[in-house]
Amino acid sequence: MSTTIFVPCDSSALSLGAEAVAKAITAEAARRGVALRLVRNGSRGMFWLEPLVEVETSEGRVAYGPVLAGDVEALFEARFWEGGPHPLRLGLTAEIPFLKRQERLTFARVGITDPISLDDYRAHDGYRGLRRALELKPAEIVREVTDSGLRGRGGAAFPTGIKWNTVLNAAGEQKYIVCNADEGDSGTFSDRMIMEGDPFVLIEGMTIAGLAVGATQGYIYLRCEYPHAHRALNAAIEAAYGAGYLGADILGSGHRFDLEVRLGAGAYVCGEETSLLESLEGKRGLVRYKPPLPAIQGLFGQPTIINNVISLASVPIILDRGAAYYRDFGMGRSRGTLPIQLAGNIKQTGLIEKAFGITLRELLYDYGGGSASGRPIRAVQVGGPLGAYLPESQFDVPLDYEAYAVIWAVLGHGGVVAFDDTVDMAKMARYAMEFCAVESCGKCTPCRIGSTRGTEVIDRIIVGARRGEQVALLRDLCDTMLNSSLCALGGMTPYPVLSALNHFPEDFGVDKADAA
Amino acid sequence: MSSQAWDHETVRSIVAGLKAKPGALLPVLHGIQDALGFVPPGAVPIIADELNLSRAEVHGVITFYHYFRDTPPGKHTIHLCRAESCQSMNAAGLEAHAKAQLGIDFHETTTDGTISLEPVYCLGNCACSPAIMVDHDVYGRVTPERFDAIVADLRSEK
Repeated sequence: MSTTIFVPCDSSALSLGAEAVAKAITAEAARRGVALRLVRNGSRGMFWLEPLVEVETSEGRVAYGPVLAGDVEALFEARFWEGGPHPLRLGLTAEIPFLKRQERLTFARVGITDPISLDDYRAHDGYRGLRRALELKPAEIVREVTDSGLRGRGGAAFPTGIKWNTVLNAAGEQKYIVCNADEGDSGTFSDRMIMEGDPFVLIEGMTIAGLAVGATQGYIYLRCEYPHAHRALNAAIEAAYGAGYLGADILGSGHRFDLEVRLGAGAYVCGEETSLLESLEGKRGLVRYKPPLPAIQGLFGQPTIINNVISLASVPIILDRGAAYYRDFGMGRSRGTLPIQLAGNIKQTGLIEKAFGITLRELLYDYGGGSASGRPIRAVQVGGPLGAYLPESQFDVPLDYEAYAVIWAVLGHGGVVAFDDTVDMAKMARYAMEFCAVESCGKCTPCRIGSTRGTEVIDRIIVGARRGEQVALLRDLCDTMLNSSLCALGGMTPYPVLSALNHFPEDFGVDKADAA
Repeated sequence: MSSQAWDHETVRSIVAGLKAKPGALLPVLHGIQDALGFVPPGAVPIIADELNLSRAEVHGVITFYHYFRDTPPGKHTIHLCRAESCQSMNAAGLEAHAKAQLGIDFHETTTDGTISLEPVYCLGNCACSPAIMVDHDVYGRVTPERFDAIVADLRSEK
């Protein structure tokens, strides 16, 4: 009986040398005549420990990490495949506090299963949600999603069930399910981890969505910066077709659902849903006016559900365990869990799936262990490049859509990027405007022109030319962008800019009183 | 793929194989760039003709997306992340080092044709910042020393 060894195939683990570790383990096992079965799993999301090697033992999985190829020989000397002692031994994986304190619903299988093994997926509760959905009427599936309280995890937090209901009731000869996998926000990687670590859960979620609204064609719009996710999705889609989970007759139900991955081409704005639809249609990713909503006239003018990866990947467990099970996590109107991505200047970076309501302070210090540099954490950007910068005085606000709105911040896609006290917040504000200028689709003036003018105004503030006047001008410009841009790119760039100015005026060379 | 020379037939067969897809233009452009390393300006009329689009429409799409390029890249392309998470781990320092070491700016190729340098806004490797992507391989926690080692490996390849 051979022992099973797990070495992640997640891109972040690979970026730290996991491939060389896997090769070294295979070679060393062959040299020593040790019978091992090597599984390339997803990542557990504890990136300071990657590459994390796990061994299946009778007590559960034992972890070793971070393992480099050069450590492999010593691990074999220590008989690691039997869980033997070694300085890199971390004990049972499930007992590592970072992981133990999480509530993993959407990420239940990530890091545990072989991502592209359908057998593994089914052995770990996979496709139970779809089987239940096949017993329900479309309106009942939609009600289940509505009752779960799930809100769009891409950032806008729109209730998923309401969106689905609109598509269900819209008339159209061909309806579509589109997955927004254009995860462009800096500090976010949860979509990538799901697609690389458990692609079937996304496929299952999209199939359920198709059943719910009568859509027979799905597209995953994936950013081209994710080649590993692309491979994993295609392999999983092929396996799902082979086993009758996709295609003309899903599990003999008579329902059709086809699914295809389409690649983006490096345009951040294509993460905006209407721009994404234009891109899928083969056009420049120009943002559309709304209305009409995509739910009424979406892809190729037809009723379309467009949801983020995490939203769709949360659907199978909602159908499997019931709306109430999911809704019982969370606080206020933020129900369920949020996969939070802890990134930037942090000692223990990673993926933390928790019910809404955790605070930044817990994340940064209890989970993250403080900054990587050892210096004080000064500013934290939550919610990607269009999210506000939070100072230490706001670290105790619970992560909840409404609580964040009160302090003029956003949760977005759950990305948390920490900066230590060497950060220059005027530079970060300038960068936000510059990024908007680079990525603007150009359709609306406040974004297209405002971002360039904004960069110039911040440059003048930095060099100190008529500073008070320029600060007033910047606020006026931000007001215009905020209130008259067509989409969130121009409309939310003021969040990082103004939060930097409001909370860190000294970096702009202005007094707190003058900043207002 | 460092040569400007490209085969019209290759482009035609890629377009022919994909033109039936709804919204085929992006898959077509990816197919051409995967095969040739870039989308030659001379391919635009062929694509336009096959997809029944105007040349302006095809050109407009190519230029809208950062990923598509109309000149041949070096033998390897390094994408260096400029986004916030990497900045918090001194990506600006890495960028300056990379440009100095390679002797080129963004969107340029080294004179020996080995390496092209492109900016990128997030590789989804934010837990291991700063990050770069070399062709299709991502590298995390890239120090200047590690960058130099990666470049030396690329240069020693034949």
